[in-house]
Amino acid sequence: MSTAATTIATEPIEKGNSLWHDAWLRLQKNKLAVFGLWALIVTTLTCVTGPWLMHYGYEEQNLDLGAVRPSAAHWLGTDTLGRDLLVRLLFGGRISLAVGLAATLVALSIGVTYGAVAGFFGGKLDAVMMRAVDIMYSLPFAIFVILLMVFFGRNIVLLFVAIGAVEWLTMARIVRSQVMAIKKMEFIEAARSLGFGRRRIIFRHILPNVLGPIIVYTTLTIPGVMLLEAFLSFLGLGVQPPMSSWGVLIKDGAEKMEEFPWLLIFPGAIFSLTLFSLNFLGDGLRDALDVRSSKD
Amino acid sequence: MLRFITSRFLQSLLALFLVITATFFMVRFVPGGPFTAEKAVTPEILRNLEAHYGLNKPLWRQYLDYLGSLAHGDLGPSFKYPNRTVNEILSDKLPVSAELGAESLAVALVLGIGLGTLAAIRRNTWVDYLASGFGMTGISIPTFVVGPLLVLALAIHAGWFNASGWYEPADRVLPCLVLGLAYAAPISRLTRGGLLEILHQDFIRTARAKGASEFRVVTRHALRGGLLPVVSFLGPATAGILTGSFVIETIFQVPGVGREFVNSAFNRDYTLVLGTVILYAALIMALNLAVDIAQAWMNPKVRLES
Repeated sequence: MSTAATTIATEPIEKGNSLWHDAWLRLQKNKLAVFGLWALIVTTLTCVTGPWLMHYGYEEQNLDLGAVRPSAAHWLGTDTLGRDLLVRLLFGGRISLAVGLAATLVALSIGVTYGAVAGFFGGKLDAVMMRAVDIMYSLPFAIFVILLMVFFGRNIVLLFVAIGAVEWLTMARIVRSQVMAIKKMEFIEAARSLGFGRRRIIFRHILPNVLGPIIVYTTLTIPGVMLLEAFLSFLGLGVQPPMSSWGVLIKDGAEKMEEFPWLLIFPGAIFSLTLFSLNFLGDGLRDALDVRSSKD
Repeated sequence: MLRFITSRFLQSLLALFLVITATFFMVRFVPGGPFTAEKAVTPEILRNLEAHYGLNKPLWRQYLDYLGSLAHGDLGPSFKYPNRTVNEILSDKLPVSAELGAESLAVALVLGIGLGTLAAIRRNTWVDYLASGFGMTGISIPTFVVGPLLVLALAIHAGWFNASGWYEPADRVLPCLVLGLAYAAPISRLTRGGLLEILHQDFIRTARAKGASEFRVVTRHALRGGLLPVVSFLGPATAGILTGSFVIETIFQVPGVGREFVNSAFNRDYTLVLGTVILYAALIMALNLAVDIAQAWMNPKVRLES
């Protein structure tokens, strides 16, 4: 079985001409998207490895020092408790990126499964499921997330489950419309006539063909999720001190910007740059994979 | 058309009912009550307080009572502000938030549609790049970064505005600008995309061939269809402006509903939380309904499909 698969894959006609290869070439022509990709890679690697190379801990205070401007000892300065801002930025980045990824995964799994089921079975079930999505679209979800965070303690697992539960709606719509188009194709009929079960057809035959749109909207969901996390942190409902996230740092910086503007400017800049990069990359991927932006 | 409006209306009512029910039970199942924070509350006083507000009745009874008074438009007494009803508090704060929201939306529409149109008719020139760059910037830089930065530059350093407060007309400029800019960005992108699609079509060529000026072609012929994506974005945008006002009202210390909502959640002021959520949900659903109707009116395709 596996040998057969490899021989097919290495046939010269197939090689170098796949959809993914084409898309990669198209993406490389989009300078902003490539910039976004590199910026993301560099930011992520720095946030993951950086803290190990630093002399300071993220909660290491130096009250005698207090807040100082950027200098050779503290490249981005320190906050009012004398904590090194660069270290806190890198640690905050880990949290923000992790929340972004984890919540997006939650949204992804709910949205893809929901959309695939609605699209595959169609008919009444689809009508009911999509009506429910319509109704949920019109609910003030951010308000519910705020209530959840206030009432049930600010724990980080709840944070990304709550955010993920909010952000899956668009993904469900997109996957549904794609699945509806693909399930009418002949190779699905072939799979059916071979007697494969529904689950196998959905997950092995249909979903791999919807991967393009899923990747594009995943990339575009991450910035939305990170924004929501930072929004909650800004209201004091996200990650709790002494841990930091970019949202927490921006909140602290905004409170002290009058005397210590660098506390706002650096976190704001790195956060905005990351959102920029994700949006550029998502836009670039959409063009490269030729995904139409229609939601229905 | 009437059937379409009726079905959408019933759908909104159902959604509103779900929101009320979900919020009601959520706030009741929360650990801690509105009176737990107060010191020196003896069990006896606590019982009296709970009896006074009807908290000692069974939950389903409280729920039905609440729905009953809600049907009369009564949102109940506030738990944290003695002698004030939720209706009074909200009607105090709503005008402020409504003004903030309306002015921000106006900023967003004027800037967004203007820039989007410019970008579409000057496609692939520096005007387009500048406008599109603005769109991406506005989407990627959150209000809670732009807001404090503008305060730092224009209020603290330049001294043109007050850093916070809501007293003089000039105090409106910064909050509405910050909130408006955030939504001008997506609106400009949608306008550009919508217009570009329309400008390729035959009836635009016909209008040009008849010798209509470029200005007339764009404003009279293209914008009507080109703005459809913007109209469908207005529902989510207004919802976003409402929740965005939590942050704006916090940054600029605007005495609006948003700040009250966040405070009431922290205070576990059940009735005030519920009242605010109901107000927001009703507003958002009314606006979504209006958007649906406007869309059907503007686009025969939508009208016929439903």
